[in-house]
Amino acid sequence: MSEQVRSTSRNGAEVATGTVPAGARSTVAVTVNGTHRSAEVESRRTLSDYLRHDLGLTGTHVGCEHGVCGACTVLLDGTPVRSCLVFAVTAAGHQVTTAEGLGQLDESGDPNSLSPVQRAFRDCHALQCGFCTPGFMTTITAGIAENPDPTRDEAVEMIAGNLCRCTGYQNIVDAVLRAAELAKDPAAPLTDRFTEHSDAAHSADQDADGAGA
Amino acid sequence: MKPAPFTWHGPRTVDEAVAVLAEVGHEGKVLAGGQSLIPVLAMRLAEPAHLVDINAVAGLDRIVVDATGVTIGALVRHASLERDDAAAAAQPLLRQALRLVAHPTIRNRGTTVGSLAHADPSGEMTSVLTLLGGTITARSARGERTIPATEFFVGPLESALAADELAVSAHFPAASAGTGSAFVEVARRHGDYALCGVGAVATVDPAGAVTGLRCGYLSVSETPLTVDLTDAWNSGDDAAAATAAAARAAVDPLPDIHATAEYRRQLAGVLTVRAAEQAVAQAVQRVGTMGRDNESGHNEEDRSA
Repeated sequence: MSEQVRSTSRNGAEVATGTVPAGARSTVAVTVNGTHRSAEVESRRTLSDYLRHDLGLTGTHVGCEHGVCGACTVLLDGTPVRSCLVFAVTAAGHQVTTAEGLGQLDESGDPNSLSPVQRAFRDCHALQCGFCTPGFMTTITAGIAENPDPTRDEAVEMIAGNLCRCTGYQNIVDAVLRAAELAKDPAAPLTDRFTEHSDAAHSADQDADGAGA
Repeated sequence: MKPAPFTWHGPRTVDEAVAVLAEVGHEGKVLAGGQSLIPVLAMRLAEPAHLVDINAVAGLDRIVVDATGVTIGALVRHASLERDDAAAAAQPLLRQALRLVAHPTIRNRGTTVGSLAHADPSGEMTSVLTLLGGTITARSARGERTIPATEFFVGPLESALAADELAVSAHFPAASAGTGSAFVEVARRHGDYALCGVGAVATVDPAGAVTGLRCGYLSVSETPLTVDLTDAWNSGDDAAAATAAAARAAVDPLPDIHATAEYRRQLAGVLTVRAAEQAVAQAVQRVGTMGRDNESGHNEEDRSA
């Protein structure tokens, strides 16, 4: 049988119930990155706008605002969801992890440290403009927790719901595999297989430079 | 891209939820996972005056698997049902179709019953419920009723739910002995709305002969379409072509910017054969596992070649 434990996760008294009239504000309290936060917001406030405008946590990016691009993905009780497709009032009493909180997920708990996923993005040059990156990192954080040893195909599937207009995705797929490696062994050396795309591009540039000189 | 103001209701029980619905009537919409509703609100395609948020309602998040099948509450997320091994064992078509519902992140939040209530003819689970002959149970202040899938889907995005009714659960009948199933679709991009999708349920006798083949379609009709293709499948030498032709004749697709009607019709034929082959192969395998016989004469690999 199933193990549905949702109801037990809402044992706090802060779960919003009752009625909030149109245009009125109510206090919405959410645990964000381990810290208790609250703000007075309208019920139509999406979780993404609540995080950015009301709490000032602009690490969550808002792209399409209708659930297509994945940039606003956050972890809600550890599970990736589109924060533009959840109302803040519905998330009241729950745990939210944003890009700002990922550094706390490693063993040291130091908020200034980088999580395995963040390190992997740096190692593999998995971002260019960075707009989509918070959504990718939250998605991959949950993805490698569920599947600690993804194949390349599984890595592609893991990020299929997130759009990136810069990278062509190959380096992001590399970063998924690298993050899985770092999650198991923080000291894992960076091997060629994670750098071959950028190396190939680099040597092509050098050739071009050489030809032009 | 911001929803219009609405009065938010956060009931704790089903009774409270249906009391609100009875009060607000057509002015109200139920919010469960919100993965279809919130985009509609954000684009202001709908501006309901009242939103009844059932996410804090107790007792709606259960998956019950018994001999009759799988019954899911209104707050069961697609991802929970997809991961439920008991549900997948009782009715394999559930997991086969759920893995094609949008992207995993959407499945984490979206609810299966919510998808059904949304009654989108391009939704996988509307097609599955109809193909399996499942039911929806609706509650209102007036009482409770169970609606067969064939009567539930009235038109595109239109269900038989009354304004004061809350869909509290859906029931998918269990796969019976000697049946196999499959679900295939083609979308422009992975996770997008399918241009055409086909679910198939095949029944074979202990000798391996196909005694039943039913297919359910999405994106090629106004309401979920189910077609019995048993005769076409058993029609002789070129049964695959006959089955594809029967499927093409049964569907009624509309053209849009993504595909012409002719292309969708062609897809319906091709995907029907593909789904049927997989479903028959699974049925034969299941019969074989039970009886360990009669696998000769059914060369599924040859047929697809």
